[in-house]
Amino acid sequence: MTRILKGMLFATTVLAPAGMAMAQETQLTIESWRNDDLPIWQEKIIPAFEAKHPDIKVTFAPMAPTEYNSAVNAKLEAGTAGDLITCRPFDLSLAMFEKGQLAPLNDLEGMENFSDVAKSAWTTDDGQTTFCVPMASVIHGFIYNKAAFEEVGVEVPKTEEEFFAVLEKIKEDGNYIPMAMGTKDQWEAATMGYYNIGPNYWKGEEGRKALIAGTQKLTDPQWVEPYATLAKWKDYLGDGFEAQTYPDSQNLFTLGRAAIYPAGSWEIAPFKSQADFEMGAFPPPVKAEGDKCYISDHNDIGIGLNADSDNKEAAKTFLSWVASPEFAELYANSAPGFFSLNSTPVKMEDELAQEFVSWRENCETTIRPSAAIVGRGDPNLDLEMWRTSANVINGTMTPEQAGEETQKGLDSWYKPKQ
Amino acid sequence: MSQSDITVTETATPKRPVRWHIAVFLAPAFVVYTAVMILPLIETLRLSLFNVVGGELAFVGLANFAQLFGDPRLAADFWNAFSNNTIFFLIHMAVQNPIGIALAAMLSLPGLRFAAFYRSAIFVPTLLSFVIVGFIWKLILSPIWGIAPNLMDLVGLKSFFGPWLGKPESALITVSLISVWQYVGIPMMLIYAALLNIPDEVLEAAEIDGITGWSQFWKIKLPLILPSIGIISVLTFVGNFNAFDLIYTVQGALAGPDGSTDILGTLLYRTFFGFQNQMGNPPMGATIATVMFLIILAGVSLYLFVIQRRIRRYQF
Repeated sequence: MTRILKGMLFATTVLAPAGMAMAQETQLTIESWRNDDLPIWQEKIIPAFEAKHPDIKVTFAPMAPTEYNSAVNAKLEAGTAGDLITCRPFDLSLAMFEKGQLAPLNDLEGMENFSDVAKSAWTTDDGQTTFCVPMASVIHGFIYNKAAFEEVGVEVPKTEEEFFAVLEKIKEDGNYIPMAMGTKDQWEAATMGYYNIGPNYWKGEEGRKALIAGTQKLTDPQWVEPYATLAKWKDYLGDGFEAQTYPDSQNLFTLGRAAIYPAGSWEIAPFKSQADFEMGAFPPPVKAEGDKCYISDHNDIGIGLNADSDNKEAAKTFLSWVASPEFAELYANSAPGFFSLNSTPVKMEDELAQEFVSWRENCETTIRPSAAIVGRGDPNLDLEMWRTSANVINGTMTPEQAGEETQKGLDSWYKPKQ
Repeated sequence: MSQSDITVTETATPKRPVRWHIAVFLAPAFVVYTAVMILPLIETLRLSLFNVVGGELAFVGLANFAQLFGDPRLAADFWNAFSNNTIFFLIHMAVQNPIGIALAAMLSLPGLRFAAFYRSAIFVPTLLSFVIVGFIWKLILSPIWGIAPNLMDLVGLKSFFGPWLGKPESALITVSLISVWQYVGIPMMLIYAALLNIPDEVLEAAEIDGITGWSQFWKIKLPLILPSIGIISVLTFVGNFNAFDLIYTVQGALAGPDGSTDILGTLLYRTFFGFQNQMGNPPMGATIATVMFLIILAGVSLYLFVIQRRIRRYQF
C-alpha cells in the first residue's frame, strides 16, 4: 500500500513536470494569402487539428493576396517566415524550392493520396520531387442572380450568342447592371475574363501546351479572339467600370444590383454569406451549339514546409493531416469553391459548389495558360495579360495589339524547347 | 530610398576644455540616423553595382545601369515613370505652391475673422495618414458609391463626372490633385511664418509711400518671402520624386490604368519586391533607387549652388 502511495507521490511530484514538459506546445504559423478564409481556419480547421494533436498550436496568419508573393519571399530570405508556407501553383513555388526555401515532401505520409495531375503544380520539371501538399483547385465560370434572370425573363445561356442576347435583355430591362466587373485592379480582367472564357477558344490544354512548345503564338486567332469577346463586355459593365475595384464588383453583385458575375469558384463562400438571393452558375458559353466545352480548373493552393523551420516534425504532422481525406472533406465543405485535389472523392453539401464541379463531367479542364513554364520570365506573362485584358476592355488597346504585345514580351525571354 | 541632407554650418570655437557633453547629446541621434538612414543608403548604392551571377551576388560594375537604360522594356518603364513623376511634380509646383502662398497671404491679412480656424482646417489633411486620405478620396470619387457624382448632380454638372481614377488620361492628374489637397498646408504654413516675420515698419513705410493692397504683396512681401518659396520648391521636389505611398493606396502597386500613374517610387517597389507573379529583383531595384537618389541630388544641388546664391536676402 505504502509502495503504491510512494509510487503515486513519486509520479505526481517528480514525473509530472517531465510529463508537462513533454506536453509543451509547439507553435506553428501558416503564411497565407487567403485573408477571406481567416474565420474558416480559426473556427473549423485549426480546432479540428488541435483536437487530435493537443501538443501543437497552429496560427493562421494571412495577408492581402496581391502582397503575398513579395512579402513571403522577403520573409523567407530574411528567415522570419512561418513554418508552413501556402504555395502558389507552378513557377512561384518552384522558384522557392529551387532556392532551398521549401523542403522536399516526397516521403511525407499522405502524399500517396494525390494523383500526379494534382501534384503537377508543385513538382519539379523532371517530375521527381514534390514540395507542397496540394490543397485545392478553383474553377472559373459565371455566377448569376436567379431572381434577376426570372424577372427579366432570360434563360441560362449556352452559346456566346445567347450570352450576349441575355446581357442585352438585362440592359434593356434597366433594373440590373448586366455584369459586375471592373478594370481598375486589372487582375479581374484577365483572371475572370481572359482565363475564364479563353479555354473555349484555344481548346484548353491543347492550346496551352502548344504555346509552351512554341507551335502557337499569342498572335494566333485562338488567342486574340477571346480579347475581341472581352472588348464586347464593355457595353454591359456598370457606369464607371474603369474605376471599379474588385470589392466594388463583389458588393455590386451581392447587393443584388448586378445580374451576372464573372467568377472564380472561390467566391462561393463569401457570396453565400452576403447575398440573400438565390444564385446559380454556368460555365463559359461555347461558340456554337454542341461545341466541346473547356473550363479553367486551376490547381490553386498547396501548402509546403519552410526548410528553415525549427518545428519540422510538428509541421510534418500537420502536413500529413492536410493530406488526409479528413482534411479534404472538412476544407471542401467549410470553404466551398475550393475543390479538393485528394484522390478520395469528397462529398460536398453546397449546391453552387456542386454545380461548378459538375462541369468537370462534360467539359475538358485546363489550367491558366500563364501559370506554368511561360510564366517564369520577365516581363511576367500573367501581369502582361492583366494589363492587356484591362486595356482591351477599357478600349485603349485593340485585341490584335494585346496579342502582339504579350507575344513580344514572351519572345523577349522565352525560347521553346525544340 | 534616398533623402537629402541639410548641411549644418558650424562656427569655429576658441580653445576651451573638451566639451564631451556635446558628443554625448549628439550620439543617440547620430547613431539612430546612421543605423536607419545612412547605412541603408550606402548599402543600396553598393547593391546597385552587384547582381546575381550564377546564383551568387557578384560585382558587375555599371552593368545594372546599362541594363536599366539599354533594355527596351526596362527603359520604357523607367522613362514612363520618370515623365509621370515630372508631371506629378509640375502639378504640385503649379497648383499646390501658388495656392499655399495665396492662402498664407489671405491668412496674414489683419482683421480676417476665424483665421485660426481656417489655418488649422487647411493644415489638418497634412497630419492625416496617407492611407486615410487615399481611401477617403477613392470613396469620394467612386462612380458606384462615391458622393462626388451626387454632389455634381446637385449643381447640374453630372455630365462632367467620369471614373477619373480609372482613365489613363485623367488618373495621374487626379492623384496629383489629391496629393495637393493633402499637402497644401505645408507651403501655407511656411509662407505664413515668413509673412509674419516681415517687420511692421517695412509695411508701414510702404503704406506711407502709397504702396498698398496687391502692389504691396507683389513689391514688398513677395521678394521678402522668396527664400521660403525656394525652400518649399526643394521640399516639393524631394517629396515628389520620393513619393510612393499615396499612389500605392489609391492605384495599387501596378499604378494603373496601363501604368499611367506609375512614378519612380512605385516602379522601384515593384522591381525590388516583385509583384504578384513577377519576382522581385533587388539589384535592379537598388539601381532604380540609386537613379532616384541621383535625380534628387541633382535637383537639390542645382538649388543649393545655383538658385540659392542668387536669391537676394534682406536683413532687418
